[in-house]
This record gives sequence, structure tokens and C-alpha cells, in this order.
Amino acid sequence: MTITPDLIAQHQLTENEYEKIVQILGREPSYTELGIFSVMWSEHCSYKSSRVHLKKLPTRGKLVVQGPGENAGIIDIGGGYVIAFKIESHNHPSFIEPFQGAATGVGGILRDIFTMGARPIAVLDSLRFGRLDDPVTGPRNRRILGGVVAGIAHYGNCFGVPTVGGECLFEPCYDGNPLVNVFALGVCKKEDVFYAKAAGVGNPVIYVGARTGRDGIHGASMASAEFTEESKQKRPNVQVGDPFMEKLLLEACLEAMATGAIVGIQDMGAAGLTCSTCEMGSRGEVGIEIELDRVPQRETGMTPYEIMLSESQERMLLVADKGREDEVFRVFKKWGLEAVEIGEVTGDGQLRVRQHGQIVAEIPNRELADEAPLYTRPYTVPPKIARSPALRAASVQTALPKLLSAPDICSKRYIWEQYDYQVRTNTLTRPEQTDAAIVRIKETGTSVAMSLDGNGRYCYLSPREGAQLAVAECCRNLSTCGAEPVAATNCLNFGNPERPEIMAQLVEAIEGMSDACRFFSTPITGGNVSLYNETLGEGIYPTPVIGIVGLMKTAAPVTIPFKNPGRSVILLGGPGTCEETRFGCTQYAKEVLRDLWGLPPALDLDREKRLQSAIREIVSEGLAESAHDLSDGGLAVALAECSFGPAEIGAQIELASDLRPEVLAFHEAPSRVLLSTANPIKVAAIAEKYGVEAPVVGITIEKEMEIRQRSVTLGTWEIAALKAAHEHALEAALEAHVR
Amino acid sequence: MRFGVIVFPGSNCDHDAFYAVGNNLGQPVEYIWHDSETLGNVDAVILPGGFAYGDYLRCGAIAKFSPVMKAVRRFAAEGGLVLGVCNGFQILVEAGLLPGALIRNRGLKFICRELRLRAATRNSPFTLAAQTDRILRMPIAHGEGCYFADERTLDELEAEDRIAFRYIDNANGSLRNIAGVLNRERNVMGMMPHPERATEPLMGSSDGLVVFHSMLMAHATAPASVPAVRA
Repeated sequence: MTITPDLIAQHQLTENEYEKIVQILGREPSYTELGIFSVMWSEHCSYKSSRVHLKKLPTRGKLVVQGPGENAGIIDIGGGYVIAFKIESHNHPSFIEPFQGAATGVGGILRDIFTMGARPIAVLDSLRFGRLDDPVTGPRNRRILGGVVAGIAHYGNCFGVPTVGGECLFEPCYDGNPLVNVFALGVCKKEDVFYAKAAGVGNPVIYVGARTGRDGIHGASMASAEFTEESKQKRPNVQVGDPFMEKLLLEACLEAMATGAIVGIQDMGAAGLTCSTCEMGSRGEVGIEIELDRVPQRETGMTPYEIMLSESQERMLLVADKGREDEVFRVFKKWGLEAVEIGEVTGDGQLRVRQHGQIVAEIPNRELADEAPLYTRPYTVPPKIARSPALRAASVQTALPKLLSAPDICSKRYIWEQYDYQVRTNTLTRPEQTDAAIVRIKETGTSVAMSLDGNGRYCYLSPREGAQLAVAECCRNLSTCGAEPVAATNCLNFGNPERPEIMAQLVEAIEGMSDACRFFSTPITGGNVSLYNETLGEGIYPTPVIGIVGLMKTAAPVTIPFKNPGRSVILLGGPGTCEETRFGCTQYAKEVLRDLWGLPPALDLDREKRLQSAIREIVSEGLAESAHDLSDGGLAVALAECSFGPAEIGAQIELASDLRPEVLAFHEAPSRVLLSTANPIKVAAIAEKYGVEAPVVGITIEKEMEIRQRSVTLGTWEIAALKAAHEHALEAALEAHVR
Repeated sequence: MRFGVIVFPGSNCDHDAFYAVGNNLGQPVEYIWHDSETLGNVDAVILPGGFAYGDYLRCGAIAKFSPVMKAVRRFAAEGGLVLGVCNGFQILVEAGLLPGALIRNRGLKFICRELRLRAATRNSPFTLAAQTDRILRMPIAHGEGCYFADERTLDELEAEDRIAFRYIDNANGSLRNIAGVLNRERNVMGMMPHPERATEPLMGSSDGLVVFHSMLMAHATAPASVPAVRA
């Protein structure tokens, strides 16, 4: 086939990129080679727009065993064990085919973890959808949510990994662009870590797992473009997942690794066989030669182009020690999986692909995998919404139930009950019982706390401050459980980077995240960038999502609900303050005022750090009966959430503050934690040590909750009614429209 | 007492059953691979939860043909104790070792939730340590756990005292709140709730231990006629 300018454009390659290809090859590429370059140099695989800025992120730390550049980051947790973890997006496929898009998102990140030799022990997901009640887009948004949740459940439950937590928020900007970010974490012995590196000239290259079909061709390129009216025709680009096959692959890979006959291994995810061959070759500075006739195929008559670009799921590529192939084959046979030698490692650095013995592609691995063009795209400043605040007479009494049943704040029970969050019996709390998910490692007596956080509203108003706030909240969630934050992974969801104001959002969010991660000593060990989240020119809010892991000794965790009446309620960090320009991002502004203005809450990093040290110590000393950090919906919402335990213990609180009542009740200033204790004096002593305010604001009582400001009652509520509103709102929003 | 945990390729609660028995019950336990035609020297077998062969067809529909199920049938016929949990229950029902069927949950969705239930009889090796008036807390995690049988079978199960557990919170729509049933000989029991996930305080409940303690007691007092070594 002749390479025409049209064909180049169809492959989303620019003229300059094409010239660079010609220069690398010293000739015109073949059609297959053009396809190979187009996927490896897509935004999704090459990070060509973001890489320049990603270099600003901190990646080193004393516990970091493996930073960015591998399939997952690795952290030393002591006792001879490590954890591997990463977050990845599957936004575009989930919009086109919600169930399979989300399911294969889970499959992809799980493979990234067990490719490293680690058995996955936890999954979390960060989801964003459009409005469920919109008369026009609502039906589609409800269908997308239903499909995505069912897809995650289908894959994770069958595979046998617990989905232990996450977050789910709603904004109109996600109408045509839902976000599905999945985080996975695995554990293994330190000496059992595997890397995706080919080595040893003459060693066999072995293909294992599912057969290759025509599904998912150009998935990586699809994920690197905006959506248009024609996007639905891309449904065949979405892959179909088989979690049972993945489970077999997991067990077989871990068993094969244990034989010691495997040199390197990588999963076939985005860009399939192309990506796994050239990246393994490039990392090992060797060549790889394969014969496509030997690749197990699900369909007949597949062209080299199709085989190399297929994104069929549940496949792995590995390099074994020559002479020990049989040990590997035996394990895969036991698990009923195909394992075929398709080629060998060579010394010339080339990716050489043959079909029927004829060379159909020959490209230097390093240039293909690592020399994609890098762009320093122009950026201006992010858009600002500098309107003045629109506060008016308000009722805290009526606003609280409204906020508790708002989609962002209401219980996500409808979602997490569809996930098996307990399998492997390591999950120490159910979702929504603690601010972070906690999973124990039976082998070490250590538990890992995990949280995902991102706030598009904050980041839209200020990407830099919003990203810092996300890191702060994530670390606070871990600290409130008593865990010490140690490392992070990020998923950067943005619009079209070719628009300077979007690029500005990306740059500022990365810089904000860098500063905060440096400050909290949580290096980023890997992650994912998802750009072009736009439909018909409408971009999403900048949505950087951060996932942070923390470590703690295994023990029964301190949970959110109040346990006993008559306990002191302490607002660690104090009631805080909030200028009206920083109130426009709150859930109150969203749900009651239907507005958005100004800037996100003000964050003082040093104060935040002192607060976190204090709460960690209070919790570790066993002084808190309950603990919950303040976030969306502020103090009033947090207080209500603390009251939703089975015993329905509420609280009566009294605040001395001159803020407007609704600002006092609902502002979202960070660095605050609400706790109940039988020992307020000891709590105060610890707080004082860290210079953190710790006013006793009230007392826990049965069945009711009351908030007063300087002796004026702002509201009194029956817990049962609030709890019902909070618990059933999401289900009601989803199912009111069925029938 | 020696326990065996059957491992189908898609079992995913096999580790949990192994841990509950080995660690929390302190009994010897081993895995038995699905293509094994013998069970070796065990006193009881557990069919764990999971998705035996993917369960893309009906849950357990393929597992009933696996080589190990021949051995399980023989073992059951000789009076050995067989406990099926979740997918294990589905397999026992498909294999005809227990009556009825497990169909999709009433709400058509997978549900993971801790529920309250009660032992409905003490007359079985799986419940003899239980008190029937005590509320037990154990989790469920399944999409197809709604117990279904025709009226005659249900009446018969009740008449023969073969309902082992009943839900207080019936989340999946099971007929007559049935959470677990026994075979006629009372040595095979299947249940949808996961007792192995409730065997130590850190799991949130230890109520599942009652099933395993009952098995230990039954074994300790078993008549000598039960052969110690089986084919």
C-alpha cells in the first residue's frame, strides 16, 4: 500500500512526525510500520505532550524500589516484602462501551501489577459521570454509570481481587466524557520482583494467554483523540474482557516466575504485541525478532498490521532462559493456557517482524519506544472565574438534608455493594467506614491504607491549588486512619493539550502536585495521562486524580461513626475560616446556589502536615473512638456522616465563630478532622505538641444532631431521617427513571 | 482433623478457606487440584467460592463434570463431610448432591454485604455447635444466590429438618429465607454466606467459626465405621 498524506493523517501522525519516521528508517515505512509507529507515538503510549512536564514530579524516596518507567511502581514495606501499585484510565472505551470499557480497564491494570510478580490484593476506582437527572443526557449518563459499575464488578469479582474503595462524582462536563480511573495494588517478596526487560541474545520470546483477534485495533490512538459524532462507530475498537482467562494468566504467570526460568515479562495492553516487543527490547537494549505465523490467532486471514496492532486482552509476552522453555510451557499447560515460542532475542536492537518468513517490519526498538517526538506545547493561563460571590439568606436546617442526598455526597453503597470488597479476607473495613481503604498483608503484620482523590471543581478554579488540595486530602485520609503516607501514583485527566488554555491547566496541575508530593514525601512512582477528554469541543474540568498509599501496623481500624453517647467531640484543626471568594467551589455552592466562582479553599501545607502528624498520633495511641476528615460539604456533612453508624449516635455542637452560618456549616477549608474521644485531655496534649487547635466543640448524643453558633441553633435533625436520605439517594436517582 | 480445599482454576476463595482452617482453626489443610481423581487422606472437603471455570454458562454447570467431582461424589457417598460455600454450593446443587437451584439475586445485581442469619437446626455436623436462637453475622458476595426449589421440595426440606441456615436479612430473594441446605444423609451442606470470611475479629465477625467447630466436634465423635482413608 502506498503511503499517502491522507493515510498519514488517518493515523493521527503529523507531517513532521512522518518525516522523523522516514529519517529513522532511512526509507519510507511500509503500511504495517506506519501502523506500528502511529500507536507507539500516540499520546496514550508516548506521553508526547506531557512528558516534558512530568519530569517535574518527584520520583525518588528511601522506600522506592522502582519509580516510573515500568509497568508499576514498587515500594518496600519491610519484612522482606514490597508492594506494586499504579492507577490507569480507561475513559474513552468506557464512554463508547461502558461495560467492556470499564471491565478491560480493570483487566489492564491488574496485568500491570502481576507482570511485576506481585499478586493483586486491592483495587480502587475513581469515577466521574455527567448529571443523572438531566432531561437530555441523564438517560445516557445513568446507562453509562450502570454499565461501568457492572463492568468493574464483573471483572474484579471473577478475577478474585477485592474492590475496596474509591470515589464517584458528577458534573455536566463529564456528560460526553465519563472518567474511569482504576488503581490496583499487589504484594510480593522483594526478591521475586520481575521487570519488563528482554535480555540474552538467543533467548526465546514466548507468547502466552488468549489468542489474538481483530478487537481493539487502534485503541491507543482512539484514546488520543477527541470524540466526534462518528465515535460510536469506534465500538469495535473496544476490547472484550475475559476475567476467567486473566485469573488463569495470573496464577500461571506467578507459578512460571517461581521456576526461575523467566528473564523478563510484559503484558500486552495498549498497542498490544507492538508495545510489548519494542519496549522490552528497548529496556534491555537488545533486538527482538518474531514470526507472526506462530502467534495464536482467533481469526483467519489477519494481516501483519492487524496482528501487531490488536489489543485483544489477557495476553503476555515473556523472555525465557534458553533451554528452560519446557519448565515454562509445563506451567501454562497445567493452567490450560497457550504458550508459544514466537521468536527470539537478537543483538541488533531491531524489532524485526516476519510473516511467512518475509520481513514485514524492521524498526529500531529504542527509536520506536523512546524517541517519540516530545512537544513543549504552548500554554497560556487557565481560565478564571473571578465573579463576585452570590451569597443570600440561607437555612442550614434545610440545606443539610439536601447536601446529604446530593449525588457527590450521598452514600455510594449502590456502587460498592456490587463489588466483592472482601475476597482474600484482608479488607479491614467496608467502604465508607473509614476515610481510606485498609488492606492487611498477612505475611508481614503491616496494613496498607489507600485513597484516591481528585476534585474537578477545585482544579477548574485553580489547577495548581486544586492539585495540591487533592494531595493534601489524600494524605489526610490516610493519616485519619493512622497510616503514614509513603508513595503516590497519579492519573491526569485533561482536555485537548493542543489548546493553550488546556495545556496551561495540565502544566499548573502537575506543578501543584509536584510541590505537594514533595512536601508530604510521597514520590510519584508511576501513573497515567489521559488527554483529549473532549466531545464536540467541550472539555472536561481538569481532573488530576491522585492515589496515595500509606503504611500502618495491622490492627482493628478506627472508623468514622461515633460509638458511644457522652463522648467529647473534638474538631481538630478548629472551625477554620473561609473568605467568600473561596466558598464558590463548595458543594453548598453547587447544590444550593447552583453556582461556581472564585478559588478553591486556601491550603497551608505546613499546617496540614502538623494536623496529619497529630491525628496519626492520636489514632495510633488509641485515643480516638471515631475519626473523620472534613471534605466535601464541610463540617455539617462530616458531622452527619459520623452519626450514620448502626447505633445512630449523633452530636450536639456549639461553635464560636463570626462566619455566616452557611459558610461556617459548609465551607470546605482543609486541615480539619472531627473525632470523638473519652480522653479529651490527652488528645489536647498531643494536638498542642504539634501546634494544632483542638477545641472540644460538643458531645455525642443518641439519635439526634444539633449545630449551634454562639448559642443560636442553626439546625436540629433526627439521625434516622438524614441517614435514609444519604443512603438511598443514588439508587433513587438511578432507578426512579426505570419503568 | 484433615481438611481438603478443592481448587478449580477459577476458585478465588480457596486461599480464604485454607487460611480460615489452617490459621484460625489450627487444623491441617491441603489443596486438591480440580483434575485430581482422588481426595487423598482427608476427613472433610471444602468447595470454596469463586467462578470455577469462569461460570459464563450457569454457575457450576461445567464444574460438575470435572474429575475431582467424581471423587467428591464417592467421598460423600461414603459419609465424608462436604462443605460447599457460595460457588461451592452452586456446584453441589448442579452436581445433584443437594436439591434446588441458585438463581440470580432478586435485584439482578451482585451483592457484597454482611447479613444476619440463624442456624435453623442443630441436627447436622455443620451446625451442632450452634444455638438456633443466636443471631449470626456473616457476609455474602454473589450474583446468583437466590435459593429456589419447587414447593414440594421446600416442604420436604422443612419436614426433614434439612435447612441448615436461614437469613434474617434476605437480600437475594431466597425462598423461605434459605441460606444453606443439607442432603438427606446430612453429611453434605451448601451455603451462600461465607463462614470462612467470619473467622477472626479483624474480619469483623467470628461467627462463621461455628460451622468449622461443628465439623470438628462431629469428627471427634464420629462412629468408627467411617473409613479414615478413602480412594
